[in-house]
Amino acid sequence: MNIKKLTVFSGVDKTGDAERFKKFEIFPGNTAAIVGPTGSGKTSLVTDIEMLAQRDTVTRRKILINDKIPPFSYRQDPSKNPIVLITQHTNFLADLRVDDFLRLHALSRQMKSRGTVPKTLMLANKLTGEKVTENMKMTVLSGGQTRALMIADSIIIGNAPIVLLDEIENAGIFKKEAMAMVKEEGKIILFVTHDPVVALLCDIRLVMKNGGIAKILRTNEREKKARKKIIEQDIMISVIRERVRRGEIIKF
Amino acid sequence: MKLMILAGPPSAGKTSVVKNIMRRLYPKVKISFLKIDVVVTFEKEEIGKDFPGIPVKIVYSGDLCPDHAGVMVMKDGIEWAEKNKSELLIVESAGLCLRCSPYLNQGLGIVVLSMLGGMNSPLKMGPMVGLADIAVVTKIDLISQAEREVFRQKVHEVNNSIRLYEVNALQGTGIDRLLVELKDMKDIKPESLVLKGVPPLGVCTICIGKKDIGWQNHFGVIRKLDTQGADYLYRGE
Repeated sequence: MNIKKLTVFSGVDKTGDAERFKKFEIFPGNTAAIVGPTGSGKTSLVTDIEMLAQRDTVTRRKILINDKIPPFSYRQDPSKNPIVLITQHTNFLADLRVDDFLRLHALSRQMKSRGTVPKTLMLANKLTGEKVTENMKMTVLSGGQTRALMIADSIIIGNAPIVLLDEIENAGIFKKEAMAMVKEEGKIILFVTHDPVVALLCDIRLVMKNGGIAKILRTNEREKKARKKIIEQDIMISVIRERVRRGEIIKF
Repeated sequence: MKLMILAGPPSAGKTSVVKNIMRRLYPKVKISFLKIDVVVTFEKEEIGKDFPGIPVKIVYSGDLCPDHAGVMVMKDGIEWAEKNKSELLIVESAGLCLRCSPYLNQGLGIVVLSMLGGMNSPLKMGPMVGLADIAVVTKIDLISQAEREVFRQKVHEVNNSIRLYEVNALQGTGIDRLLVELKDMKDIKPESLVLKGVPPLGVCTICIGKKDIGWQNHFGVIRKLDTQGADYLYRGE
C-alpha cells in the first residue's frame, strides 16, 4: 500500500470546545511526538488514528489517508489496516518459539516466509540490547525484547506504513536507532512520550491539553542546537546506567 | 421487535458488550434483557443501577445445560419482552461447553470472543462460532497486531461469512460500528422462530445425576474409549 499522506482533521476537547486548528498532515519519513500530562488525551489521539475515526469517536476527529476516507476494509481487517499500535499493555500471548510465531504470522498474510524471519530478528536486535534469538519462547521474552520484536514484526511482516508507539520508551528500546530506522524505511511514526529526547528528535510535536491538541510545534533551529546537547547528556546518563548495572562505583 | 442473542465463553466480556450497547441506545430504544446463567450472576443489580427501567430477567439453569435451558425459555422470554413493549430483546447465554449454538433463524447471533483466549480458541468452539452472524472480539488492546491477524484468520476458517468487529468493551471503542448492524436488522416473527443448529444430544444417566464412571454403568447415549465401527453408541435400559 502506498501511503503518501496522513491527515488529522480537528475535533473537540473534553469540554466540547473545538480544537484550534483545522487539520495537520504527516508524510512518510516524518515523526511526530505527542506530549502532555496524564489524562490530557494522548492515548485518545493515537486511538483515533488507529481506528481511522470518521467523527464517530468522542473527540469527533476525522482521519484521511492520501486525502481520502480510508476504505471500510482497513477498519475491519487488521491485515489490511496500514496502522499498527503498540502500547505498554500490548503483549504476545502465543506459547511458541519466536521463529514459529513469525512464520505463522507471515503465513496468515500469505507472505513467503523465506528470509523474513532473520530479517525481522535483525531489526528487533537493532532496537534492543538484549539479544532475541529464533529459538527463544515468546513467553519468556522481557518487556524490551517483546516491544522490539513487535515493532520489527509490524514493520517487516506486517508491512505497516504507519506505526503508533504509546509510551514504550521505558522498555529498553534504543531511541536513536528507532528514529533513524523510521526515516530510512519511509514510515510515519507517532510517539506518545514523556521522554524529552524522543520528543525533540521528532519533526512535529503535538501538545495535548484537556483532551484536545493545544499546540502543534515544529522543531526549529534553536531547538535543534539544544537537542544536540540534550542527546549528549542522555548518552552520558545511559553510560552511567550501564556502569551501575555492572556494579561499578560511580564518581565524577 | 428486534432480537440479539449473545453467546461466548465465560469472561469473554459478553456483559460488557451488552452494557456498551445499552449505553448507546438507552433510553431512546426500549430494551428488555434476558440472561441465562448457571449458578449466580450480577446483571440485575449492575444493569438496574446503570440503566434504571430496563426490564431484566434472570434464568438460572442449575443442573440443566444453560443452552438447553435457553431454548426452553426462549419463547416465554419473547412474549415477556413483547409485553414490555420492547423494541429490542437482548439475550445473553452463559454458554459453557461451547458446542451448542443458541442462535435462532432470525435476529442477530453474536459470538463474543476474547483475544486472551489464545489464537486457536475460535477453532475449538464449533457451532458457537460457526453459526454466528457476527463475532465481537474483545480485549484487543492487550494483544499484538500479529496475533490479532492470526486470530481473525482462524475465525474465518470456522465461518467465512461471519462479520467480525474488534472492540475494547471497557472503553467502548468499536461498539458504534457494531450498532450499524442493529439499524439494518429486521423485526422477528415469533411464530416462525427455530434454532439455527441442532444442539448436541445430552441424554444419558449422567445427565440425571448418576455418579458412577464407566459406560457399563450407564444407559442412554454412551461412549466407549475405543469404539469400533460407529463412534457413538446408544444403550437402552
